[in-house]
Amino acid sequence: MFELTNVSHGYGATHAVTVPAWRAGAGEAWLLAGPSGCGKSTVLHILAGLIVPAQGTVVVAGTDVRALSEGARDRWRGCTIGLVPQRLHLVGALDVRDNLRLAQSLPGMPQDDARITALLAAVGVAHLAHRYPRELSQGQAQRVAVARAVVNRPALLLADEPTANLDDAHAAQALELLRTQAIEAGATLVVASHDRRVRPLLPREFALPVEDEPLFAQRDAETPRSESRGRLGASAPSVKEPGR
Amino acid sequence: MTALRLALAYARRRPLSTLLVVALLAIGVATVTLTLLLSRELADRLTRDATGIDLVVGAKGSPLQIVLAGVYHVDVPPGNIPLAAIGELRANPLVREVIPLALGDSFRGFRIVGTEPALVAHYGATLRDGRLWQAPLEAVVGSAVAAATGVGVGAAFAGSHGLAEGGGEHGDARYRVTGVLAPTGTVLDRLVLTALDSVWAVHEHHTGEEHDENEAEPEREVTLALVRYASPLAAATLPRAIDRDTALVAASPAYETARLMTVFGAGLDLIRAFALLLVVASGFMLFVALAQALEDRRYDLAILRALGASRRRVASVLLIESLALTLVGTVAGIALAHAAALGIGLVLPDAAPLSAAARRWLPEEWAVVALALGAGILAALWPAWRAMRVDVAAVLADN
Repeated sequence: MFELTNVSHGYGATHAVTVPAWRAGAGEAWLLAGPSGCGKSTVLHILAGLIVPAQGTVVVAGTDVRALSEGARDRWRGCTIGLVPQRLHLVGALDVRDNLRLAQSLPGMPQDDARITALLAAVGVAHLAHRYPRELSQGQAQRVAVARAVVNRPALLLADEPTANLDDAHAAQALELLRTQAIEAGATLVVASHDRRVRPLLPREFALPVEDEPLFAQRDAETPRSESRGRLGASAPSVKEPGR
Repeated sequence: MTALRLALAYARRRPLSTLLVVALLAIGVATVTLTLLLSRELADRLTRDATGIDLVVGAKGSPLQIVLAGVYHVDVPPGNIPLAAIGELRANPLVREVIPLALGDSFRGFRIVGTEPALVAHYGATLRDGRLWQAPLEAVVGSAVAAATGVGVGAAFAGSHGLAEGGGEHGDARYRVTGVLAPTGTVLDRLVLTALDSVWAVHEHHTGEEHDENEAEPEREVTLALVRYASPLAAATLPRAIDRDTALVAASPAYETARLMTVFGAGLDLIRAFALLLVVASGFMLFVALAQALEDRRYDLAILRALGASRRRVASVLLIESLALTLVGTVAGIALAHAAALGIGLVLPDAAPLSAAARRWLPEEWAVVALALGAGILAALWPAWRAMRVDVAAVLADN
């Protein structure tokens, strides 16, 4: 489904994230693990085509993301990727239904109100279709954000820290919702989280390395590759995959 | 979910700022448009009233005064000229037509003009009711006079002395209305027309007691003469000849009107400059509103990009929002200006032709629309550019 190879990208002022190799198959559900600030969001954004990494290849759903022009990448993202950002970011000026319509129209998908109605019912917020985001509780808003992410039946569903600020019961519900909707949409799921409670709920895990010091060398484009590789080897990410 | 719908949703989200921008722009556009309508109507009216009148001849006085009194009927004439002068003018081969005017009295603020039926023909007026005057003390009233005073065919009234309301009445010499003119959109609408004889009769009757019955017929006088040239050549020689050879003054309505328009024009230009300032100010308001909205919407813009909108699409939302507000303000402003012109025309009888002008679309109004939309685009350029540059990943990761 997607494959990251030798991906390396600087973020923030002094940090860099590296992914030597990560392959995921269609329909799989992954935890992208690692402590706060280790670059999980950056990896999610690389998978979403929002960031083009400084190095490495990114192939998602058969598309070499780096080869796309910016405009093509925007359209591709709208059709292929479903993103649930940590702060949800529903558009406040639009009601719930229009938020979903917006997600359909931006990448140029045909408007399908029946799909929206069915989806809102599936995530349990059918009665909130005409509410505005400020009138929703955190949990309701998250359901809407998930619905918005899967409305175009993306191949890859990405969620950034979906359990932050949720109690145990709601955290489990949020994960369940993401898994169900990913299966329903036929999407591969990647949940970026540092939350220990998430770990047992997802079968596969890709752990980003903990950075013990800022990687100035990796941020420098002039740095020879061999040195980067040396560092990569020293803190290679671990991959936990059941049954492999 | 079009960009327009999204833009309107955002505009609805901050009603006060939206309303302020639209209202300010509407007022600016309305003022510009109203000055355009007014100056056009003014110029049209000055031209309409003076059409076909090449020269106004009167007693010694200012040429502007003679034109104002003789063509537009707003100033007092400088004095009278002997009736013989009319005959002399008519005898001149350079002159095609002479229409004498005898002024001095009014009826409820409307001037009574002693003249010949040629004046009615000159303005192409037709009778709505009744017939033209045939005998002394018969009068034909213009449409605005009829509307304002309610007099119709068969009514009788006394003229008052002087050109303004409130002069002493000539109570013993009453005019009888024989006809009402159809509206012409010219000064004729606001005049009471009668025979030259009537004016003489009223004034002789008035002063008759003091005259010896045996005295020779008093010397007839008129006030002004409207002259039409027989050929364009006359313009070069006739006015100079009149000024040089007679005790009369020849004034050219075209020349005096042009002078008048430069005076009015300066005032209208000033109002228009002020109104343009309002349009520019509303452009700035729009800019501030959009720049503010941009800050409020950084997350929204980022999520739009994350949902598959291109940079251009995101910029177009701001641009469309700006254009939509500008368009609403402009349309409201132009409608307001036309409604105001219509209202002024209905309320002020003297400005009645303005109501007709209000129903017209001036080519200059396209320029106003273009100007306002240009301001709208200009105001949105920088915010739109900033929207295009939003770093989506950084904004989404900013927790």
